[in-house]
Amino acid sequence: MVDMKVNLCGIKMDNPVMAASGTFGYGKEFAELYDINMLGSFSFKGTTLEPRFGNPLPRIAECEAGLINSIGLQNPGVDDVIAKELPELAKIFNKPVMANVGGSSVETYAEVSGKIDKCEQVGWIEVNVSCPNVHDGGMAFGTDPGVVQEVTEAVKANTTKPVIIKLSPNVTDIVSIAQAAERGGADGVSLINTMLGMGINLKTGKPVIANKMGGFSGPAIFPVAVRMVYQVYEGTGLPIVGIGGIQTAENVIEMMMAGATAIQVGAANLVDPYTCKNIIEQLPAVMDKYGIDSLSSIIGGAH
Amino acid sequence: MKQMNLTILSNECIAEDIYRMVFETGEMLVEKPGQFINIKIDGFFLRRPISISDWTDNTLTIIYKVVGAGTEVMKEMTAGQVLDVLLPLGNGFDIMQSGERPLLVGGGVGVPPMFGVAKELIAAGVKPVVVMGFNEESQIFLAEDFEAIGAEVHIATADGSVGTKGFVTDVVKDLEYTSIFTCGPLPMLRALDSCAPAEIPGWFSFEERMGCGFGACMGCSCKTKYGNKRICKDGPILERGEIIW
Repeated sequence: MVDMKVNLCGIKMDNPVMAASGTFGYGKEFAELYDINMLGSFSFKGTTLEPRFGNPLPRIAECEAGLINSIGLQNPGVDDVIAKELPELAKIFNKPVMANVGGSSVETYAEVSGKIDKCEQVGWIEVNVSCPNVHDGGMAFGTDPGVVQEVTEAVKANTTKPVIIKLSPNVTDIVSIAQAAERGGADGVSLINTMLGMGINLKTGKPVIANKMGGFSGPAIFPVAVRMVYQVYEGTGLPIVGIGGIQTAENVIEMMMAGATAIQVGAANLVDPYTCKNIIEQLPAVMDKYGIDSLSSIIGGAH
Repeated sequence: MKQMNLTILSNECIAEDIYRMVFETGEMLVEKPGQFINIKIDGFFLRRPISISDWTDNTLTIIYKVVGAGTEVMKEMTAGQVLDVLLPLGNGFDIMQSGERPLLVGGGVGVPPMFGVAKELIAAGVKPVVVMGFNEESQIFLAEDFEAIGAEVHIATADGSVGTKGFVTDVVKDLEYTSIFTCGPLPMLRALDSCAPAEIPGWFSFEERMGCGFGACMGCSCKTKYGNKRICKDGPILERGEIIW
């Protein structure tokens, strides 16, 4: 019997497999298909202080081995999430959920986190300082070490829950950003968010996405994610949630060997809604194949 | 929603760039006309959402237009091939408030879901008036199928090669009807809304670029008078009164 349990920032998880924010909504659509309690957890749709519609359409485009999105953090706002979505979620999910929060200023990040802090269902707060699709925050926060530290400190001051800073790959030196989060008191980091990309429609001669640029995700970015997780593992002492292009149990093991304590599946959920379930079911056999008894024992094993 | 591996029974060209694909299902998989399926095609990351035209307790029919690389691959598929499909998706048309003379309007590749609506109405004892719009004669399809099930059929072609010369609205303006069910290009939907009397209830099916097709990614959201809706999950059919044009 293999052991898939991991401990992420003091919270025990049955397995390291989570669904990534923005690809799993608030769980409802997937709970119609299978019991989502089999997941380690999931990170719910990025939530901001005020409701947001997001960017103009089209805001999804396919590309080789992935997709480009510029949703722009559409969400009903934190008050609505707390009043409606979380009670609904409680009916279908009985594990600690990861709350993904966004902001347009240091203050709004702190305020949303303060509101989420009071939600018992929430295990971790994942702070999105890396959304490439919002002009008034997001990635602008995650590309400057000083600002990352400041946001982290402000969020930490407003919550007792573990704070995980979600990092952008669209930087020259991701380690310096992760270290800034660490200095700010972060309990962990998650990486990577989408890579800034663009597609051009040959018929119109214009960008496919209305917002011109968007976040590129999918299996193509997996090696970039593994590399950055590996670097951040070396450069900080923080637990890492590895994200980026994961589609298989083998990908999970690779990401953990690079240094991830837990992982998130993103784009793959949109194509095959059973991806997380399949990965969890296949993990024991793949662990056996590589002689792994305990997943927690392989974290950072590649170093 | 389910994920199924469906076997293709047939895949044939029925008009210029228009193909009909029939799947064997082994069971009734569709809840309402106007729903769609999302097909995984090898070599492409995202699925292809395609509306359901017809179904029985053992088959499901889609009619699609070849518009890009994905549908180029689809048109070469043959009987016996198995496809990974998510279905049924979307809210579908509710025919309960059709009245005695519902108007069904399909524009181009928006025609197929109207066939399912017509069948449901006829099964309920209501004879629909079908108006189909195409650019030219070579693009016309399903007209005989609608007639065969007992619908009243009108055709408009932009070049006047068949039926009324002009747009569907050039036919619709002279008709009397109790409700509208429609699917087609956005300008057509907008024109229909403008020409229909305000008191006529209507259900309009919208098309949008989708990521997942089942409500998770928010890729296809639109604003309505009743708040934000996802075309794939809360739509693709919106009620006339809630649409913001």
